[in-house]
Amino acid sequence: MAEEEKNVGGLVISSSPHLLTGENVPKIMYSVVAALLPVCSVSVYFFGLHALILIAVSTVSSVGAEYLIQRFMGRPVKAWDGSAAVTGILLALTLPPRFSIFGVVLGSVFAIVVAKQIFGGLGYNIFNPALLGRAFLQAAYPVFITAWTEPFRGFFQVDAVSAATPLALMKFEGIITPRLNLLFGNVAGSLGETSALAILAGGLYLRYKGYVNWKLPMGFLLSIAFFGGIFWVVDPLKYPDPLFHILSGGAMLGAWFMVTDMVTTPTTLKGQWLFSVAAGAITILIRLFGGLPEGVMYSILLMNSLVPLLNRWTRPKVFGEGLA
Amino acid sequence: MLLKTFHRGVHPSYHKELTRDKPIEPAAIPGRVVIPLWQHTGSPCEPTVKKGEDVTEGQKIGDAKSFVSSPVHASITGKVKDITMHPHPGGAKVLSVIIDGDGRGTHPQDGSGVEKKDWNKDSDGVALEKLTPEEIRSIVRDAGIVGLGGATFPTSVKLTPPKGILVDTVILNGCECEPYLTADHRVMLESPDKVVWGLKAIMKAVGAARGVIGIEDNKEGCAMILSKAASSILPELKVVLLKTKYPQGAEKMLIHALMGRKVPAGKLPFDVGVVVNNVATAAAITEAIRYKKPLIERVVTVSGNGVRTPKNLRVRLGVSFAEVLIQCGGLVQEGEKEILAGGPMMGIAQKDLDVPVVKGTSGITVLRGGEIKPLRYEPCIRCASCVEACPMGLMPYRIGDMGRLGMTGPFKSWSGSACIECGCCSFVCPSKRPLVQWIRVGKMKLRSSSGASGA
Repeated sequence: MAEEEKNVGGLVISSSPHLLTGENVPKIMYSVVAALLPVCSVSVYFFGLHALILIAVSTVSSVGAEYLIQRFMGRPVKAWDGSAAVTGILLALTLPPRFSIFGVVLGSVFAIVVAKQIFGGLGYNIFNPALLGRAFLQAAYPVFITAWTEPFRGFFQVDAVSAATPLALMKFEGIITPRLNLLFGNVAGSLGETSALAILAGGLYLRYKGYVNWKLPMGFLLSIAFFGGIFWVVDPLKYPDPLFHILSGGAMLGAWFMVTDMVTTPTTLKGQWLFSVAAGAITILIRLFGGLPEGVMYSILLMNSLVPLLNRWTRPKVFGEGLA
Repeated sequence: MLLKTFHRGVHPSYHKELTRDKPIEPAAIPGRVVIPLWQHTGSPCEPTVKKGEDVTEGQKIGDAKSFVSSPVHASITGKVKDITMHPHPGGAKVLSVIIDGDGRGTHPQDGSGVEKKDWNKDSDGVALEKLTPEEIRSIVRDAGIVGLGGATFPTSVKLTPPKGILVDTVILNGCECEPYLTADHRVMLESPDKVVWGLKAIMKAVGAARGVIGIEDNKEGCAMILSKAASSILPELKVVLLKTKYPQGAEKMLIHALMGRKVPAGKLPFDVGVVVNNVATAAAITEAIRYKKPLIERVVTVSGNGVRTPKNLRVRLGVSFAEVLIQCGGLVQEGEKEILAGGPMMGIAQKDLDVPVVKGTSGITVLRGGEIKPLRYEPCIRCASCVEACPMGLMPYRIGDMGRLGMTGPFKSWSGSACIECGCCSFVCPSKRPLVQWIRVGKMKLRSSSGASGA
């Protein structure tokens, strides 16, 4: 009898636990893609066909670059796992509406090849690939990348009126943009940083799915509000109020889609608070005292580089550790 | 109501409905049993019988002098066929006594001259009040009782508080947080008197004034039944419902949830004045004291979608997994199968169904087809799910890599050895990384490296 039972197929041998959740990397990544759809839609609504082309080209060239580099380096091809698509969409969302198509291809290839695959691919990269791609474009196209336009709400409209972003208006001209415009996105800026509401919708969706650790966006936004608020209290005429800081520029997009990037943020509770609060503080410092109007990108990239140290410094307490 | 619990942990699907409402059935007396001489934590036993010798049910056939050890008994009457190395569900081969049953003693009057054992006869001569703690310990040791939850630590050792240690509370663990398993659940429902009486005996042995039974709230019915049983035996008993969360039944998590006390790293429950035993162990203690019954059988949950008729069976120790599975209708034909000694979170996969049921076999779980986890894993994306799940406060993704790569120094300083191997980290990992396995490797490498440097 025992023999007969043994012959019923081979038995599988594996180590415990034998039960796993249904989560996997593609599921997480494609949920992020889904969460980015509202932002993408709003940017196409305000900035027309060219916005759509930028997002599509960036996504396709990111996935394509991932596929080619993985083939070239002899690694398993996982270009379809959604992570390259997320990088591509995020990169496009950080660019001005009239950015060059060739430029976006260059940036996405840099993001995938240099920022991600050279470090070892998904999970091994130190810096957020989309942000590093954007930093590269900032160096390569210093003028083009700050060529903002008014939103025009015409899908096929070709001419656009150039305009300054709310942060630039604040910084260089002392003009504060109305809150409602910031909420709905009716302002000049990069594709994805215009509508705070659309970003929040995506972020809350991810929170609902359990793929976002709420401490990271909260820490980042509260920190921006807090440190921005200090200067506002000291001199309300010179410095904008906390709400303006949160709603303008890349703060919302950064909070929900970049500070929350799993690979490049800390794994410990304390580390996550430190990371997000410090990134928020640096953002305010750059916005108010740096040479650039916006500081989200560099503050997050700077904190990315500290993640291994933060993890080491903020190890959780082992159960029963330090008790007599 | 806010239920007590511990920090972190996970919520697997429990699948308890497969066997939860199935009363314990006595299994057929096997024709052959294989009794490993090592079924517990501690030193293995030496055989006390020889090849060819006649043995009777309940007779001691292996014992050890060492304090941390536990004797083994013949679970059927018959002849010792051989004493040899035999596969054990723990994975290795263990010196085992193989007994062929000869039918003697199976009927009251079979003319063999061997009396049929009646393990249900309550020897009312034994009143707990008359026994000294020392006598209770020695009965428990002689009966070969070990932790039946799966850890198989010799119970007599747990009943011996070290000098200078005051035990104020005895906790019975009725959490059974492992998915699929319902053996403890059925024991609590069907023998609440034995569970509570056993608790009283343990309290007497360790001199504790308080007795608590911790149960997950998915077994609410047990709480009422146990409280009712306690009203006549142990009126001061507290039955506490805990949140259903894995691994609520891990000793340190249970003590923390119930009493707010944390067992210091590297220490024992004794150090916080607590003794924890499984509910089935308490019932076995009652049977040993009142019915003079050594540990020759146990309740095993046979479950999973790969088995035709899931059941809770009371089986003789030493019966092969194959024979137990056949009594549950055998395996479902279709699909690949993985057969586990224990439940899916901490159970051990078997390659050979000749392995015997041992004292620690709380269940046999048969997973099938798509339920079997994929063996491929992906790179870590540092999502921190494992850090958020680890009840011990470790960073599994890091110590897992340290174990895998043989970095014994960092493994030690990042407290890799504190891992209780509950499996929460691997369970939640979206990249399906076998973290527990790597941590086990790390512990082994650490042991061998520290052994080498100590020599």
